[in-house]
Amino acid sequence: MRLPFAATALALTLSATPALADWSETLAAARGQTVYFNAWGGDARTNAFIDWVGQQTEARFGVSVQQVKLSDTAEAVTRVLSEKAAGQDSDGSVDLIWINGPNFLAMKAQGLLHGPFVSDLPNARYLDLTTGSAATTDFTVPVEGMESPWRLAKFVFVTDSARVTTPPTSMAAFADWAAAHPGRMTHPDASNFMGATFLKQALVELAPDPSALQAPVTDATYATQTAPLWDWYETLRPNLWRQGTAFPENQSVQQQMLNDAEIDIAMSFDPASTAAAIDQGLLPDTARVFVPEGGTIGNVSFVAIPYNAAHSAGAEVVANFLLAPETQAHMQNIEVLGSFSVLDPAKLDDTARAAFDALPSAPALPTLADLGPTLLEPHPSWTTRLTEDWARRITR
Amino acid sequence: MRQPTLRRAVLSLVALLGVLPILAGLWQSLRASFGILPALGATTLSPAPWGQLMQLPGLTTSLALTLTTGLGATLIAFVLVVALCAARADRAPVPPRLLAPFLAAPHAAMAIGLAFLIAPSGWIARALAQVLGWSTPPLWITVNDPHGFALILGLVIKEVPFLLLVTLSALSQIPLRQSLITGRALGYGAGALWLKLVLPQIWPLIRLPLMVVLAYALSNVDMALILGPATPPTLAVLLARLFSDPDTAKLLPASAGAILQALLVLASFAALWATARLTGWAGRIWLRKGTRGPHSALGPLPALTATALLALGALSMAALLVWSLAWRWPFPRLAPESWSLSAWDTSTAPLTTTLLLALTTTLLSTLLAVAWLEGEDRARRRTPWAEALIYLPLLVPQISFLYGLNILFLRIGISGGMGAVIWAQTLFVFPYVMLTLSAPWRALDPRLTRTAAALGAGPWRQLIAVKLPALLRPLLTAAAIGVAVSVAQYLPTLFMGAGRIATLTTEAVTLASGSDRRITGATATLQAALPLLAYLIAFALPALVHRNRRALNGGHTAWA
Repeated sequence: MRLPFAATALALTLSATPALADWSETLAAARGQTVYFNAWGGDARTNAFIDWVGQQTEARFGVSVQQVKLSDTAEAVTRVLSEKAAGQDSDGSVDLIWINGPNFLAMKAQGLLHGPFVSDLPNARYLDLTTGSAATTDFTVPVEGMESPWRLAKFVFVTDSARVTTPPTSMAAFADWAAAHPGRMTHPDASNFMGATFLKQALVELAPDPSALQAPVTDATYATQTAPLWDWYETLRPNLWRQGTAFPENQSVQQQMLNDAEIDIAMSFDPASTAAAIDQGLLPDTARVFVPEGGTIGNVSFVAIPYNAAHSAGAEVVANFLLAPETQAHMQNIEVLGSFSVLDPAKLDDTARAAFDALPSAPALPTLADLGPTLLEPHPSWTTRLTEDWARRITR
Repeated sequence: MRQPTLRRAVLSLVALLGVLPILAGLWQSLRASFGILPALGATTLSPAPWGQLMQLPGLTTSLALTLTTGLGATLIAFVLVVALCAARADRAPVPPRLLAPFLAAPHAAMAIGLAFLIAPSGWIARALAQVLGWSTPPLWITVNDPHGFALILGLVIKEVPFLLLVTLSALSQIPLRQSLITGRALGYGAGALWLKLVLPQIWPLIRLPLMVVLAYALSNVDMALILGPATPPTLAVLLARLFSDPDTAKLLPASAGAILQALLVLASFAALWATARLTGWAGRIWLRKGTRGPHSALGPLPALTATALLALGALSMAALLVWSLAWRWPFPRLAPESWSLSAWDTSTAPLTTTLLLALTTTLLSTLLAVAWLEGEDRARRRTPWAEALIYLPLLVPQISFLYGLNILFLRIGISGGMGAVIWAQTLFVFPYVMLTLSAPWRALDPRLTRTAAALGAGPWRQLIAVKLPALLRPLLTAAAIGVAVSVAQYLPTLFMGAGRIATLTTEAVTLASGSDRRITGATATLQAALPLLAYLIAFALPALVHRNRRALNGGHTAWA
């Protein structure tokens, strides 16, 4: 009777594992909860994906999801902060936030987050959680289990191949391209993350020592590392749309300008967004993605749970479901969202890998090889300095 | 017999639920502007936030822009309305019915439509491209131009119909015909007659609406965001950005800016008051000199300008509708290349919420307004200081007190629910309902109630059987305005609803930050259609109910 004994022993070991025992408690506590998922609502496909996630978690775990559509993630940060101001330390209105970069840093620094919780999630085993990996650092800030990854973002440029046959191949080459085509390109306002990313992308390429960007900025490093950037920018700026005196509010407005033929180059943080936009009639069929040869900045989008969330158990269930291989494969499907998975391919089993391999493709959808290397985000303090400096240079 | 009970009850209700929250919100902003915001760990009194505000790049330009666009748009709208009325002094220059769609369209929807109309790739440029053979859009600087001309245009298009309606209402409350006959008999030319005899009479009646327009023009976020300059933007947009900065420490200078915005509006009111005083003083001298002015009319210029503005407004709304039905609509095509109904295939939940909010807040506001005016009638006295307080929510910039108010709502534990949103919206709906209803109510022929009283009807019976039926048309018009105001509320719905209460307006503004003009078009069209429906009911229902009551149906009230 060795076998039943072994099975019992195995069952005992399993139930003795604290994480899994906690997880069944989490699942029990989560049943019947409604998770208020605060996520930027400007993209109809993401909204539809979140809706799908809610239907799945409702059916599987009895957790329903209500998306709170934000026009800026900082709205949710401000909301949690005003709840703290009013002394509302439990039963808060925000359960889960799509977050990264400066917003995450702000919430972490102000003690506004619940956690660490990532290692409690069963599906975290598919992540590469070694120190310094993409899933454990957010704009160089250590995540420390306070937010859970869900989709990859990589900076890309978009153009209409019917009008532009040879797009620039490096950030430096943008200045020459703009000189040859005055008024035909622009970037979003640097107070918007996409505009800031354009500057950071140029900074990473032009800085004399890119490794200095991984440490918090000082007056000295700022002066030496950004000098070539601003020289380049002053050459570029007079040839931008409206001579660089006005900038679109965000990347969506910029995409619309590309569609309206007001400009020839737009940008995105989602390599699949161009194929998706063509599919939705928002860009011409000839729109294509391109990247500078040296590669582009990439980062991971996370979800975090505020310290006073009313439904933190439900929020953890949703965060865990977002990491399930089948969810990630569904998300990476170009017909659904087309965002690249955050899972470590080496940790997937054969069925999961096959699911990813079977995904359909589209003419405007780049392969991972097309996208080149992924460059690291500079420390958030660089972003702040860059955008403040930019505002000072631009403002009359 | 004076019966002050109702009046006292309504006054306390308005003070407690209307004025107090605004003062509390302002107080929170003021504290934060001097460094006190315990949630951030900021507890030391210091003027540092003001220093940080002053250091913001482009603040001076931003302030100058706010003043030129706000004062400029108000001045242009006012002069145009006066010129329109003076040019055709004895009848309405535009049938008020025609103005309804312009009043109904929310500011944000109108701005989105106008932005498409005048953009380098917009309808006007596309029409020119047909003739001039352009294949790419011209390098025009129209929308978001650095001087704010597009913003002024948008504000004027939206405010002229409102001011015109208010002026027509005021004209119906003065002995206009007698004034005109007297003036003409004395040999005054049309323009001089209007300026010398009519304007001084209606000025006290239109001063408050003009102040509301001025406050809005100086502090609005939605129109300035869509049409206004961006580097730097107007003060209100700058503050909206600061309030949503990831660096939460920016809340302190943002609060200082909120107070500055309130001071700016206050200073503009003072300037308006001083100008009115000076003009009145100078006007008296002019009046005594007795010059009769030219006999010729003002010519067709005011009417042409107004027609052009209304045409731009109508085209803006049409652009939204066409976009909502488009699939691909590339430059330089005048009409979409392919059509689709997919933009209309969205969730109906925001529509239901919007309807529910509009009906509840309008019902509450109308009841409160009737109670206020009836209380006044019964107490036989008016309270000018209290009336001024009603309009406080329209005169204090929203951004100056909403953040503080949200903290207050959180403290008492009602933020994030329908109740909080209904309360916050009613703050803005009630003054507009009062503004619309009070003039016709007070103009009601007192002989009606006297006759009713003589026949033995008590105060309640007088109200229900005589006043309300006689005032059906203005009541419904006030309610329609209430619906329009409720539907258009963005910041209060967003702040007090914790973002969970999704209405057509919150959806439209969120979507406007995305790139799908087609869905924005569908939402904005719905957003404008709801209030328009309310206006149609307000016009049609009295006509039906009073079809055999000529005096109640023939335009004796201000809004007929």
